Amino acid sequence: MDLFRWTIHEASAALRAGRCTPAELMASVNGRIQAVEDKVHAYVSVAGDAAVQQASSLNARNEASPLWGVPIALKDNLATQGMRTTCSSRILEHFRPPYDATVVSRLKGAGAVFSGKTNLDEFAMGSSTETSCMGTTRNPWDPTRIPGGSSGGSAAAVAADACLAALGSDTGGSIRQPASHCGIVGLKPTYGRVSRFGLVAFASSLDQIGPLTKDVIDAAILLKAIAGHDPRDSTSVNVPVPDYPSLLNGEVRDMRIGVPQEYLQVGIQREVREAVRNALDLLAGAGASIREVSLPHTDYAVSAYYILATAEASSNLARYDGVKYGYRAEPVEDLLEMYRRSRAEGFGPEVKRRIMLGTYALSSGYYDAYYRKAQQVRTLIMRDFEAAFDVCDVLLAPTCPTTAFRIGEKVNDPLQMYLSDIYTISVNMAGIPGISIPCGFDDGGLPIGLQVLGKHFDEATVLNAAYAYEQRTDWHRKRPPL
Amino acid sequence: MAYETIIGLEVHAQLKTRAKIFCGCSTEFGGPPNGHTCPVCLGMPGVLPVLNREVVNFALKTGLALNCRINPFSRFARKNYFYPDLPKGYQISQYEHPLCEEGFLNIDVDGEQKRIGITRIHMEEDAGKNVHGEPGDPYSYVDLNRTGVPLMEIVSEPDLRSPREAAAYMRKLRTIVRYLEVCDGNMEQGSLRCDANISLRRVGESALGVRTELKNMNSFKHVEKALEYEVRRQARVLNEGESIVQETRLWDVERGVTLSMRGKEEAHDYRYFPDPDLVPLQVDAAWIEEIRASLPELPDEKMQRFMTAYGLPQYDAEVLTVSRELSDYFEACNRAAEAPKSVSNWIMGDLLRECKGDDEALAHCPVKPEMLAGMIRMIEQGTISGKIAKTVFGEMLKTGKTPEVIVQEKNLVQVTDEGAIAGLVDRVIGDHPEQVAQYRDGKEKVFGFLVGQVMKASRGKANPAAVNKLLKEKL
Ligand SMILES: [Zn+2]
Repeated sequence: MDLFRWTIHEASAALRAGRCTPAELMASVNGRIQAVEDKVHAYVSVAGDAAVQQASSLNARNEASPLWGVPIALKDNLATQGMRTTCSSRILEHFRPPYDATVVSRLKGAGAVFSGKTNLDEFAMGSSTETSCMGTTRNPWDPTRIPGGSSGGSAAAVAADACLAALGSDTGGSIRQPASHCGIVGLKPTYGRVSRFGLVAFASSLDQIGPLTKDVIDAAILLKAIAGHDPRDSTSVNVPVPDYPSLLNGEVRDMRIGVPQEYLQVGIQREVREAVRNALDLLAGAGASIREVSLPHTDYAVSAYYILATAEASSNLARYDGVKYGYRAEPVEDLLEMYRRSRAEGFGPEVKRRIMLGTYALSSGYYDAYYRKAQQVRTLIMRDFEAAFDVCDVLLAPTCPTTAFRIGEKVNDPLQMYLSDIYTISVNMAGIPGISIPCGFDDGGLPIGLQVLGKHFDEATVLNAAYAYEQRTDWHRKRPPL
Repeated sequence: MAYETIIGLEVHAQLKTRAKIFCGCSTEFGGPPNGHTCPVCLGMPGVLPVLNREVVNFALKTGLALNCRINPFSRFARKNYFYPDLPKGYQISQYEHPLCEEGFLNIDVDGEQKRIGITRIHMEEDAGKNVHGEPGDPYSYVDLNRTGVPLMEIVSEPDLRSPREAAAYMRKLRTIVRYLEVCDGNMEQGSLRCDANISLRRVGESALGVRTELKNMNSFKHVEKALEYEVRRQARVLNEGESIVQETRLWDVERGVTLSMRGKEEAHDYRYFPDPDLVPLQVDAAWIEEIRASLPELPDEKMQRFMTAYGLPQYDAEVLTVSRELSDYFEACNRAAEAPKSVSNWIMGDLLRECKGDDEALAHCPVKPEMLAGMIRMIEQGTISGKIAKTVFGEMLKTGKTPEVIVQEKNLVQVTDEGAIAGLVDRVIGDHPEQVAQYRDGKEKVFGFLVGQVMKASRGKANPAAVNKLLKEKL
């Protein structure tokens, strides 16, 4: 029996019934990692035997926790105590944090087992996992294509059954876009729903940690486990966390679903548009009411995002200076040379590009024209969504304009790369929750993702709409032929 | 050419909170290098700052004491620059939206009161310290114990018109932050630091001249001296028809001059922007009122009260209220002695001479308020003379014994028995016939000599009033 193919809830039921042990499950996943890792390269670090060890030394079965004994992969920008946390960057290649991210300690507390750390675009800056200095992750559906990014390693690992589920981070689509390209479920929670403590920052006002899973139930289980206020993160909000799994009923009768007209216009791949239309028809058939809405400032989202995100990044990445930890160029003559060379040799080209963009945007004389203006655009984008949610419960849209592109296809064309996040970026700008679920395949057999967006802190409705669709389709059961 | 001096001060006060501003580490001075650090103040990847509410309380206290408007919405910003003692590559400070604005502070210079505007007060974190190796050691070291220690920056309006006013402003500010117990006000140790902006303009002109910024003045005296030097320097430059360069200058204590920092520090673009890791700080009316209610009596109010309640002259009231410890000492002493002016005289004279205006020394002074009060009571009651009291005070300082014990042990009780004094008077008259004759011829000055002889004969213990009276009668 291939235990590694299980979802969280399937594994949890089996573990609870005593049909297998956490160590057996972890060993099965390890075997799978060995079998597919050459083709996929989803991991930066594999825990291997240490994970089996962790699984066998778990305390007595925790009946209450659906994650007890479940192997989870962690994006390698989540701090893990004593375990290498690289952000897929040379500058942190050997960095072992003396602390766990809050999400990691919460999962530990729930009895989860960590299969390893997954690949990402360097410091989560990218949409293809190609900017990683740890090698490119491949799409399990077609190894010549990118898995998406920046949580490409997490998405590919889940799609390849090289873990049961994974955590990723989403700054402009970094969970949803790779989930879409890999044919799995990826959820970006409301900004402030999940603690960012221990998530190595890319753009602090946009970053949010979320689950990548094989189905919607698993996303609900993982979200429940990691969500909630954390005194160590002032931006995490103190609001109650619903019991998401028990709220899934698949009922969409009278649910008001909005379709942003700006999201189905030019530049969208034909099969993607059709898949989304079909999904709308299906939900309408299940009793939902569909209406068109407008998000008029969508056109400005990408530009404003790349100002705000890079501005914050330029400051967040200043700490990597070779003084305290991480890569230091040696020998050097003086302090300035140490700074220059450590950063020149430690960061890759995309990270440097973004640091320069952000530094420019914050420079005196340009601040008002760029940063302040972008903040104003952000406010307008938030208002667009508020207006839409006055008349809708959720919005439905494609996750990406196209399916996964080829490795190397856009890596030298940053603008084209940035535009692949066009449908996901606004969601981070507005801070609302969004999920991507599988909704079909293109003519080449590549997965297509459907995005469901909701109001602030209304993940429950988002999950339920997604679950309603998932219940009526079987896209989520399809696995790549590896 | 006559110039008017324009000075504005930026004062950094280290706040005495127990924990740092954004993490739980101790703010204690000293400790092994990097002993008071954690992932947050070390700026490790993925960690986040969490604002220490006590820091806000301290800044609010200061803002209210300096008559500021408290902004209901303020926020933290990042000041970006690279330096090894700044682990995150940015300092968290407040920029566009400070906590407090538009306050004022009254100073007294030559008996004239003057109101100095406070532009703003904001909170920020301190940086660490670079330590350079011994000769032969090619490395430099970084100690981050001070990183994240809370600071409050108090910026004045350019309302100060002389180095003396600037020094008076600094002293008053120090008194206030010490009254509030938010900062220990030690300039030498750097818990109170001062940068000055100074410019000159021709008398009668309204536009401000080009200013220089002065740093590295770590005592009140140096603030005044550095500014005096800079006034002279700028006047000389202007008189020679040249113009002032806008720059930062360091006060060189040894040489007593200010020196340009040009070349040492490039013009910085700090790229300030709101810190996305910290939510905007909201301070509601209830919070402000809670802090207002907790404010102690401030120096100005206390001075007024000392004048009206105790009938002290303004000078006395000012000296006694310069620190909370000293005014407490006065009040404790007067409570027992009930002789305000005498208590004030003894404190301003003998006690302050001993303690040199240092509150630490005052706290450890062996002469406790009750002891001084006891001694003053003995003077008032005539048990000892003022002269003997000097001896008693010295003994109290030396031994820490109460005045009662000292007077008894040393047998210093004043002789008031007229019979005993009369005997001494007779003896002195008998021993000094020449002087007696002079006195009787109208040379009244000799009287003092004779009083002195009687006092000497009593070894200082005779009641001077009784001696005067009896001597006059007998002559
Ligand atoms: Zn700390």
